[in-house]
Order: sequence, then C-alpha cells, then structure tokens
Amino acid sequence: MGLLNRLDNPYNISPGIVLGTMEDLLNWGRARSDWYLQFGLACCAIEFMALNASHYDLMRFGCIPRTSPRQADFIIISGTVTLKMAERIKRLYEQMAEPKYVLAMGSCSICGGPYWKEGYHVLKGVDRIIPVDVYVPGCPPRPEAFFDGMIKLQEKINKQKIFEKRARVAQEDAKNGNIGNIHLPHGWEEVK
Amino acid sequence: MSETKTFEIDFGKVYSERMRLNVGPQHPSTHGVLRLEVELEGEVVTEIVPHIGYLHRCFEKHAENVTYPQVIPYIDRMDYISSMNNEFPYVLGMEKLLGIEVPEKVQYIRVICAELNRIANHQIAIATFGLDSGAFTPFLYYFRDREMIITLFEKLSGGRLLYNYFWIGGLMHDVHPTFAEDCLEIVKQVRKTNDEALDLLMYNKIFVERTANIGILPADVAINYGCSGPVLRGSGVPYDLRKVEPYSIYDKFDFDVVVGKGEMGTLGDCWDRNIVRVREIYESCKIIEQAIEQMPKEPCDVRQAVPKRIKPPVGEFYCRAENPKGELGFYIISDGSPKPTRVRARATSFVNLSVLPEISKGYMIADLIMILGSLDIVLGEIDR
Amino acid sequence: MNPKDIFELLKKEIGDQALELVEKEYHDPFIVVRANSIVETCLVLRDDPNTLFDYLVNLSGVDDKDKFVVVYHLYSLKHRHRIVLKVYLDRENPHIPTVERVWRSANWHEREAYDMFGIVFDGHSDLRRILCPYDWEGHPLRKDYKTPDYYKGIKVPL
Ligand code: SF4
Repeated sequence: MGLLNRLDNPYNISPGIVLGTMEDLLNWGRARSDWYLQFGLACCAIEFMALNASHYDLMRFGCIPRTSPRQADFIIISGTVTLKMAERIKRLYEQMAEPKYVLAMGSCSICGGPYWKEGYHVLKGVDRIIPVDVYVPGCPPRPEAFFDGMIKLQEKINKQKIFEKRARVAQEDAKNGNIGNIHLPHGWEEVK
Repeated sequence: MSETKTFEIDFGKVYSERMRLNVGPQHPSTHGVLRLEVELEGEVVTEIVPHIGYLHRCFEKHAENVTYPQVIPYIDRMDYISSMNNEFPYVLGMEKLLGIEVPEKVQYIRVICAELNRIANHQIAIATFGLDSGAFTPFLYYFRDREMIITLFEKLSGGRLLYNYFWIGGLMHDVHPTFAEDCLEIVKQVRKTNDEALDLLMYNKIFVERTANIGILPADVAINYGCSGPVLRGSGVPYDLRKVEPYSIYDKFDFDVVVGKGEMGTLGDCWDRNIVRVREIYESCKIIEQAIEQMPKEPCDVRQAVPKRIKPPVGEFYCRAENPKGELGFYIISDGSPKPTRVRARATSFVNLSVLPEISKGYMIADLIMILGSLDIVLGEIDR
Repeated sequence: MNPKDIFELLKKEIGDQALELVEKEYHDPFIVVRANSIVETCLVLRDDPNTLFDYLVNLSGVDDKDKFVVVYHLYSLKHRHRIVLKVYLDRENPHIPTVERVWRSANWHEREAYDMFGIVFDGHSDLRRILCPYDWEGHPLRKDYKTPDYYKGIKVPL
C-alpha cells in the first residue's frame, strides 16, 4: 500500500513518523504524478477528451498532459493503430525516458477491435510493436473503466523494485558492452 | 565638440531561408492524426502538403464483407463525434431501396437524436477551436453540457459514443418515458451555455483578432472544391440539405439556414465559419422543441418495420444527408446478395480538408492552426 | 432538367461520345461516356447555362468484376438537379483523363481511386497514394486483392 496509508494505522503510536524504504517513497511519488503523452488516435481519443474535461477530471490522478515524449512517464494508446502509424508510435515510445509505461485503451489497440478481420492496414494490437502494461478493454471504454486501468497502473508502479531493475539493466549493459565505464555502487554486483 | 550625424537606414526586405516543417501526426492541435508538411519563409506559410491516411481503417473493405445491417457500426466509427448523423443517410437510403415505410414516431426520434448529436458535434468543434486559440474555459463549459447529451444517448442506446441506434427500418429501442423532459432540459442548458460562449469566446476581442480576416474562402472556390456544411455556409452560400432537399421529416419544421455574413471581417473567414456553428446550435434547439411537441406520445413498436432478412434488389443509388460537418453521402451498389458489392462513403471532412492548401497560403504558421481548427475535421472520416 | 434532356444536350454537344442513358428501376439514372471524352463532357455539363453542374459530389472507382468503372455524381447548386456519369475502363490497363481542372475537388478523389483500384488518371498534377503508405503494394479494394502477411516486418493478419 501507499506510504501515506500507514499514517492511518491506529496502532501507530508516533504519528508523523513512518518507517519505509526509499523505494516506497519514490514509488509513492511516481505513482501519483504520472505525466502522460497526449496522443489521440481515433474514437477512443474523444472519450479521452471527455475524461480530461469537467465531468471526469483526470487531473485528480496527478495526470498532466505533455506534448513531448521526453517529459512523459507513460503513453496512452487511445485508438486504432494503423501500419502507417506503427513506426511513429515505436519511435515515440523509444523517445520516452525510463521508467516508462504503456496503457492500451480500447479494443482496437488491444487486438484490432472491430477491424480485426479485413483490416489490411490495421495493426492487430499495439503489443506487436511495444510492450503494454495495462489493457483497458471496451469500444470505447467508459471513463470509469479507464480510471480502473489507471489505478491498476498505480498499483503496478507501487510494487516495482526500481533499484533492482536499474542495477540489472546496468549489469546487462555492461555485459553486452553497451556502455563503457559504469561504476556500480558497492554491493550491487550480486543483485540478480 | 559634438557633432550630429544623420544616417540613412535602408529597411530592405529580408529574405530568409525557406524551411520545411513537419506538423503532426502526433500533435495536439491537428485534431487527430493529420500530418502537414509546411514550407515556411520566415513565419509565412508558402506551401502545404497534407499527408493523410494515418487512420485508414479499411471501412470500404469491411463494408463489402459484412451484411447490410452490420455496416452500421462501422459507419458509426467513421465520424465518431456525430455517429447518429452518420447513420441517417445510410438507413434512409436502404429504406428507399427496400421500400420500407417507418412509423411516424421513429422519424421524430431520429430527427431529435440527429439534432442533439449535431449540437454535441458543434460543441466539440467550437470548444477545440477555442483551445487552439488559447481559450480553455469554453472547453470546460461545453463539455459539461455535452456530457448531458451523452448521458441521454446512453439511456437510449447503451453507448456513450458509438450508438448503432438507427436500424434499417426502425430503431434499436423505443425512448424512455422521460425522454421529452430530458430533451427540453438539455435544450435549456445548451441555450444558456451558448449565450455565455458568445460573450466569452465569439465576441471576445482577442478571439476576433485571431480569427477575423484569416483563411478567407471565397464562395466560388468553396463550391469548386466541393466544400459543404458550415465551411460552405460560412462563405455565404445557403446550401443545407435539410432545406434544399428535405429528407425524412425536415420539411415539417421551421428553422433558418445560417450563413456567414462577414460581420467581423471578410466574408468566409475563420470567424464566419465558427459563428455559423454557434448559431446552428440555436437552430437545432428550435427543431428539437418543435419535434418534441409534434411527436406522438403513445409508445410504439419501433421495430415493427425492421425486415427479418435484408436482401435488396439489384441496384445502386447515392443517398445523402446533412451531417454537422456537411454533406455525407453513401454510394451503395447491391448485386442482390445480402452483402453490398461496394459502399463508397463521400466523407465530408475528406472533401473539406482538401481546400486547406488553397486557403492557408500567405498566412502565418500560427494562423494555419486556426484555419485548420475552423474546418472542423475528423480524421476517422477522412481516412475511413 | 431531367436526365433525358441532359442526355439530349450531350448528344448535341459531343456527338456519339455519350454512349447511352440508362434509367432502370432501383438505379439512379446514369449516362455512360467514353473515357477519352470525359473532360469535354464535364466541361459541357459545367458550363452550359441549362445544366450548370458546378458541384462534383462524389467520384468513386468501382470494381465490376471484368471492368473498372469510374462514377461521377454531379449536382448543380443553382438548378438543384443531379446526374451520374459512368465510364467503363478495361481491367488490364485502366487509364482515364483527369477532371481535376474542371472541379478541383476531383484531385483527392482521383488520388483515392488510384490508391484503391490502380486507375491511372492521365494528366493529374500529383498522382500519389493518399490513404495507404507510399510504399504499399497492390490496390486494396480490387476484388482479387490479398492481404499481405508482413509489412515492414510487422505481421499483418490476426
Ligand atoms: S476501440 Fe472502438 S472506440 Fe476505440 S478506437 Fe477502436 S473502434 Fe474506436
């Protein structure tokens, strides 16, 4: 659970002091200020606009739209991905800084949706080109469904072990000779 | 000793390097996945090449491989902002081909739904146009109202955005008992917000400065490019299919065709195109009120004329209706089997967008975004 | 003007290039024209004060099994009448002059017909694909089109 939830613990006799790991704190921060890459593709994007507007107010999740992939934490693929677009989505994804997440909204981006059969120009699922973290089904998904997906994404971020992952990636890179001169902190060599 | 010298400064013309700039496909103000290749001289646009097809979802191929009623969900997904209006020409055409008479109440419900959807579409168009020019508040107001319309449609059909509500020969369901009151409530709220938006946005000095005299589209050019809807009416041509060729029961209502008059600048500029949309919302409100008054009150079996098997005779026809964006038509060829041989959609935005290179030359790059916003395009319809 | 009068007018202006007028049940009345006289026909229809077809509503390509058809839907804003023109092209080598100079809206419609059917519009200013990517192979709306298995290394079928 989130770090702040521990403050609600009635047995916590010293309110204001919470014991936790650094990772918890970082994850808590990351999960609650996700900036997303604004990328409307098709009908789902209209539902997404409604999500942003007055009635549903996505910003209470700490989601702020960014127009540049370099500043975004996660990308929402909202709509049909065509083959002409696939290349660009892959490039945008690569331009984002780690840690990054992908949220596939709508059945089109999950599996091709209504266009699965004769869609000679439709990519049948965005997970053929980039890894997807959360799938939100529906055509289009209701805003509530999207919120559910958003909460799932936050849970996922909360549980992540980012230090381990960083160490692992660094080790792999060093093994493959991708990066020269990296200085692993003491004790990290053993981390698997 | 001081001495005064006068210099002759030559303010010559600066020739800057031409630059090719890529706008889109991932860009918030292109209203979808449109890509523009723009050539600039300094800040001035000298050439535009639109690249479309980033949302080409093979509608026409799908339509050839499904039965006639199954085409309707795909039609919904073409112009996803105004799905009800999209279904209208298709079901009208099919009913004409099959010789089906639909009950009177169905006609009324269809007109009311189409007009409500027209309001929702114009609300999005004006709101996003405001966003492009930096006005965020109208966006919030309009979306609050649009949510009411969407909720009503959800009660009718179960879908928030894509309805599949019009069937060939009828409707999916009858309306719920409080339908009339709900509609009147919406109309009241929509009128109020529209009044506010006139003050807040349309007659706002900043907005007028940014849109008047920009992107002027003369009437003859608009006709030659085949434009329709608010784009054509903004240039002063009173061409509205609901008036010139009344389909369904539009001849029973009293409403005006709104045209641009060049109030703030030249006839056919961005401001004119947008004011047409704002005023059309009032006209739609009028139609809805009249329709609710005339609509038969008693419940009716809206599926009574829906045919069990649809197997039209060999034939081909072109059917059309007034979409919020303009004329939407379907050219349908039937070979006597349950599946169409060819369904060609005359997509409104596709035709309206083709005028963009013509009208945006010579303006600043910032104006280009305004011109694009004033055309009110939907990429799902352009690429199909 | 009704379709008969329009056909008479065409007969007078361009002779036997206008092949026939077809008025069948369940069909919008249409006039069949020869491919090489399409520009002439359109100019007559656009400029004659009795017809004034100033609005090209739609231009579609159709795959009619052994032939390709190009269909023009015309409308006149002044007289409020309409007519359909049809041109039959041979399947092996579909060529037709462009009407882009008559109505500019034809530009994109023709590009789409080229993209989807491979009908070549001679004299077109910019005949490129419009919906499919520029390096796409084949013309998807032909009846004998096969969906490719791979495009740039991405698997296409489900
Ligand atoms: S999932 Fe449905 S609503 Fe979403 S983009 Fe696809 S067709 Fe449109």
